Amino acid sequence: MPDYSWPPMDQRKVLGKRISRLDGNAKSSGRAKYSSDLNPPGLLFAAMLTSPHAHARIKSVDTSEAERLKGVTAVRVISKAGTEIQWAGTEIAVVSATSEPIARDAVRKIKVDYEVMPHVVREDNLANVGNRAKAAGEQVTGDPEKSFGESDAVIENTYSIPVITHCCLEPHGQVIAWGGQKLQFWPSTQAVSTVGGDLAKGLEIPATDIRVQMDYMGGGFGSKFPSDRWGVECAQLSKASGGKPVKLFLDRATELTIAGVRPSAFAKIKVAAKKDGTITSWQSQSWATGGFGGGGMPPIPYVFTKIPNIRLNHTAVSLNAGMARAWRAPNHPQASYLTCSALEDLAAKLKMDPVELFDKNADLTARPDVYRSQLKKAATLIDWSKNWHQRGEGTGSIRRGLGLGIATWGGAGHASKAKTTINPDGSVEVELGSQDLGSGTRTIIGMVAAETLGLPLSAIKVKIGDNSYPPSGPSGGSTTVGGVSSSTRKSTINALVKLMETIAPSLNTTADKLEAIDGRLRIKGSPDKGMSWQQACQKLGVNAISEMGENDTKRTEGLNTGGASGIQMADVSVDMETGIVKMNKLVAVQDCGLVINPKTAESQVLGACIMSVCAALMEERIMDQQTGRVLNADMEFYKLAGIKDIGEIVVQMDITPEHDKKGVIGLGEPCAIAGIAAIANAVANATGVRVPTAPMTPKNVLAALNSGRNA
Amino acid sequence: MSSIKDPDKPKKPGSGFSRRGFIRGVGLSGGALSTGVLETEAAAAPPANLSGPGEVPITLQINGKPYKTTVEPRETLLDTLRNHLDLTAAKRVCDRGTCGACTVMMNHKVVYGCTILAVDAQGKDIQTLEGVAQVANPHPIVAAFVNNDAQQCGYCTPGFVMASKGFLDKNPNPTYEQVKDGLGGNLCRCGTYVGIRQAVLEAAKQLKGGRNA
Repeated sequence: MPDYSWPPMDQRKVLGKRISRLDGNAKSSGRAKYSSDLNPPGLLFAAMLTSPHAHARIKSVDTSEAERLKGVTAVRVISKAGTEIQWAGTEIAVVSATSEPIARDAVRKIKVDYEVMPHVVREDNLANVGNRAKAAGEQVTGDPEKSFGESDAVIENTYSIPVITHCCLEPHGQVIAWGGQKLQFWPSTQAVSTVGGDLAKGLEIPATDIRVQMDYMGGGFGSKFPSDRWGVECAQLSKASGGKPVKLFLDRATELTIAGVRPSAFAKIKVAAKKDGTITSWQSQSWATGGFGGGGMPPIPYVFTKIPNIRLNHTAVSLNAGMARAWRAPNHPQASYLTCSALEDLAAKLKMDPVELFDKNADLTARPDVYRSQLKKAATLIDWSKNWHQRGEGTGSIRRGLGLGIATWGGAGHASKAKTTINPDGSVEVELGSQDLGSGTRTIIGMVAAETLGLPLSAIKVKIGDNSYPPSGPSGGSTTVGGVSSSTRKSTINALVKLMETIAPSLNTTADKLEAIDGRLRIKGSPDKGMSWQQACQKLGVNAISEMGENDTKRTEGLNTGGASGIQMADVSVDMETGIVKMNKLVAVQDCGLVINPKTAESQVLGACIMSVCAALMEERIMDQQTGRVLNADMEFYKLAGIKDIGEIVVQMDITPEHDKKGVIGLGEPCAIAGIAAIANAVANATGVRVPTAPMTPKNVLAALNSGRNA
Repeated sequence: MSSIKDPDKPKKPGSGFSRRGFIRGVGLSGGALSTGVLETEAAAAPPANLSGPGEVPITLQINGKPYKTTVEPRETLLDTLRNHLDLTAAKRVCDRGTCGACTVMMNHKVVYGCTILAVDAQGKDIQTLEGVAQVANPHPIVAAFVNNDAQQCGYCTPGFVMASKGFLDKNPNPTYEQVKDGLGGNLCRCGTYVGIRQAVLEAAKQLKGGRNA
């Protein structure tokens, strides 16, 4: 079997180089065609009617007027009479028409009679949720009672972080043409190889009858794996309209209401330590909602999992609100925020520097050495020793503070198959049923093939986004980079070996004595004995080489693995009169094994830091108990940070031989965890008061300052 | 539903679509946007000629070329570009004038394509990213976005490139702080702002050097 291992760090020509993404020009020039941009001939437009009530039973749906409207091609009832609706925004009916305005007019003409039922849409006060709360049962490690009694310092506080949405800029949706037996499906998905099978289930047809194609997608963040009800309905509308293509993308209000959220997290936390800062005990009563399904238990205590005495209680709350979906590092940002807030409060109580507290207790984590070294690096980058002060020592109306957060993630490669084809004219193609969410997947596939073949990146044609290519896993859990880089490495080496076997006789040698470097195939140790890539490929005659490679998740052969750590530190200024928090700086120190493309890897971390600023300072889905609806289902009041709101961001990729030899580790999620905690702690450090409620909006900051003054 | 159409004459105050009317409309109608705006304005000044209901033929001058199509008077410039003319660089994201993904230029000013009716865009010089970013001659702003990795999923990127062009046309020598102010009308979800700031500064230098100025 060939040696698939990565070339040594000092011999790499393409891997590890800062390379601009292959599709950068297509995206920045507007020529990239997303599924929502497609206008195939005869395209029909669909619009959907959704429930205005959070909890109701449908008594009747009358579509007759809609059907009579000129230009309407099909009307379908999704929620029939008798259906119990469990959240506002639930899909009721859908219409296709020759134009978008007509489709929307038709939706307005559908008459629905609801029997409205009582709803619960807020979980902030557990006392108000009645029988919607489900306790998960207590977990106890060690002897919490005894250890709390023997500790030198104890803090107890309640912290919370609300439900937020994914807010993908390209909404969920698809274009579907279902004429004959074959169904053509252009989705916006994180799962090119599996979303067709999911749709097939919904339509009760064989998965082989569905062709999925998607060149670009406008953001998923964990919310775009299934084909969804709107996918099934879009297909049925097309079928009912004689197979004409139908476009159905959610409008923004629906996108923010039903297309996925991140669960909230609330917790009353008690944590204790000895005088020297050694953490001895943890107790938490947490609750959360992930919508109607309940769910959302944050893994606390986070990272410091080896605290000897722990008592955990969690309650899941089912609300009449849109369901949770995976959200970039599911439950980790919330857990990091809850845990690091409590530990920073503990440090403040001990009058101890929290960096020292984290360092002191690093042995309670799975990777003490990595965290200790990352704490040092981050502290240097943010000038911690100069800029940090004891909590409450700030003066004046604008007060500056520093804070820190911690992260861990898996990120080993998913199951992935790749096919590399070397053509007699020297051209090379790599095909995978994968997808590029904007993380740079296309580019790293090309880089791996180029490195392997000793060719420039421009010589490789990367083909992804089609379920007729070899199957590759969905992009979730930061598994893509490890999966596709490993399968591409293997398929490309397999193809290269075939090429070497073809040309070896003409060089009077054997394939195992050859190497591919700088556009040449040559005998190892005798650089002059060889031939150009072009000459070698010509020897294939008329037969192209096509070889497969597979990332077997049980046997990754050192190409990829899981386990990434990160530390982030924030520097903020808080206006004590207005409660406005201004980001000065956010520092992220992140490891991720072998870094294929530092340029796009850094972009991932920068993006995650900016998302953390959004969640720490602005983002919150606001539910109205009176009407049962999302009050801010638009981008004006569902706040995201703008270009001016983010301060300076410093990313330090931990690129070292030790990390490198672990192989490739996914990066998308580990960097999206620690920022919220870091910012929340910086606010506490600046103001001298814990703001227990995220996001750190002026309202929440002023409320905390007020209660701090009254205390 | 009706709309005021008078493409040849400049708008008199109160006789067309105005920002004040727009805001008032939002406030009054609480989300039923187009209806509120148009009714308020129609009441203020009886229109000289009406378009619609139903489709009307229009001609738009886009990237120096005339485009003929038929639209309903209530259709936005953005939806007309995307749904009728297959010019899809401008994206529909927030549906209502918040995020800037639909940014185009009209008479050399940066506008949100979702807040302008197609019938009102007649007679105006409309520039979309398709016209700015020629395949044969990459625009320095596009090149700077690529070079600084100022995109991830890329869905907000065309709007940012157009906003950057509008900004640099008026501010050829921007400071870092001015860039942050100048691009405040666009939102990104993946978090590409750091690259965008660098890209706009780099593009400013390139443009001053005379390329594509």
